[in-house]
Amino acid sequence: MGYSPNTPDDIRDMLAAIGAASVEELFAPIPAQLRAKSFDLPPGMSELELMRLMREKAASCGAGITPFIGGGIYDHFIPAAVDHLASRAEFYTAYTPYQPECAQGTLQALYEYQTTICRLTGLEASNASLYDGGTAVAEAALMSLRITDRHKVILDGSVNPLHREIVTGYLHGLSAQAVQVASDGCASDLARLIASIDDETAAVIVQSPNFFGSVQDFRELAQKAHDHEALLIVSCYPIAMGLVASPGEMGADIAVGEGQSLGNHLSFGGPYFGFIATRKRFIRNLPGRIVGETVDHQGRRGFVLTLQAREQHIKRHKATSNICSNQSLCALRGLIFCASLGRKGFEELARLNYDKAQYARSVLGAVRGVEVLNAGATFNEFTLSLPKDAAEVVQRLLDKGVAAGVPLGQYYPGMERALVVTVTEKRTRDEIDRLAALLEEALWS
Amino acid sequence: MAKFYTKEHEWVEVAGAQATVGISEHAAHELGDITYVELPKIGKSVKQFEALAAIESVKAASDIYAPLSGKVAEVNQALEEAPELVNQWAESEGWICKLEGCDSAELSALMDDDAYTEYLKGL
Repeated sequence: MGYSPNTPDDIRDMLAAIGAASVEELFAPIPAQLRAKSFDLPPGMSELELMRLMREKAASCGAGITPFIGGGIYDHFIPAAVDHLASRAEFYTAYTPYQPECAQGTLQALYEYQTTICRLTGLEASNASLYDGGTAVAEAALMSLRITDRHKVILDGSVNPLHREIVTGYLHGLSAQAVQVASDGCASDLARLIASIDDETAAVIVQSPNFFGSVQDFRELAQKAHDHEALLIVSCYPIAMGLVASPGEMGADIAVGEGQSLGNHLSFGGPYFGFIATRKRFIRNLPGRIVGETVDHQGRRGFVLTLQAREQHIKRHKATSNICSNQSLCALRGLIFCASLGRKGFEELARLNYDKAQYARSVLGAVRGVEVLNAGATFNEFTLSLPKDAAEVVQRLLDKGVAAGVPLGQYYPGMERALVVTVTEKRTRDEIDRLAALLEEALWS
Repeated sequence: MAKFYTKEHEWVEVAGAQATVGISEHAAHELGDITYVELPKIGKSVKQFEALAAIESVKAASDIYAPLSGKVAEVNQALEEAPELVNQWAESEGWICKLEGCDSAELSALMDDDAYTEYLKGL
């Protein structure tokens, strides 16, 4: 296959077929001022030249920087099996598996993915993935409106601010309302959340570990929400599920999250995938596709897209959701990642994240003038209070090759000196010690 | 008690101010294997011919319209576990819900048994 789609001969043949003398004449109906003057592209180059250019570009935009950044997207190790298996042509080229007779491999993979998500979240039913973590939270909010036939969702202030913005965006224009409840320092203000629940509330949306890194137990909140026949939606960080109580164990009705940590590379914001799981009784309100296990007419095990009657190609405007593309390949990477690690490996991975972050929390908290803001438990992220503007400190450390964290001022006015630091299993003790030394230097010299 | 039918194949049987609603045997047969009935919420008020509930078969989803105006007083919980009751007994055990506060004057907009049988012949 040629990499240049149209050769001069192709262009000549096509123009002859439609009776145009030149490309210029073909585009003549478009007014000249609306047409591109130039695409400003350099001439073609050889593969070798191209590779050299790409390496230079990569070096100039952050490759080689040690990241302590999280905020919803994390730098985790990806076993080689993930790239290898996910790039097999059978998976890589497959499209929507509407025809089960020729898509058994894809369907089985998605079915196993759903099973994995159910085990991680402690819930009973999962779909076969959504766009990303933010749309997953928004879809969960919409689910709660449909299930309860109510119009108010309560959004905790420690939920990822980008996800909260997506939720309010989704609700804008519907007769629904998102009520924001400010957090108490780095933790959800459980008393205020509980006091906000009334008989108009469809759901309370919380996150653990939250945007500040704090891990919280929402059992009481679940109970109070259920007392008002409202739902509890918990956004969770999948790696943390190897160590902390799952949303299901805490009584959540819907669990959501960003799946990037499960085997997907950091990639300028995507493509990633969102996961969503719920109780069996709400399965007809789940958005997107669900793969089910069945038997064919000879009794052999097989997989199909199931419950299609709630989807948009049959139910039109009354569909559960009009989200019609998922992120199958990213979800498949998530499955292969989890399957590669196994239950024990997954627990060890979570423990490693926790232990390294605990070390970092103590070392960084000991830097002069620095204070850890989280009062209670954290997983692999925590919030520091600095004696200087956090964004400026981060910029100084970037020049030394370290991305120190996410400054909170851009999301929480008044928290300009707060910095969320993330430590995954990939960070070494040396890297953490170096971060502490550089921080000390940036603050005091 | 006499049954009345809509052009959309719902049936209704009125006793005083209360009416039992379902879909006709003809409709149940045409839909094929019914997999789910989305029952209305108790207390919901509907006007005649407004969407009341929804029914899903293997490959289709259809609205069920209210044959009479009224308020949902009771729903057939058995359909939650056994939607196939609608296939088996569409005009008896497969009833969908009961409406209260109905006005029997609205029956004049519906067909009786004979008229419905004639109507089906014309389809």
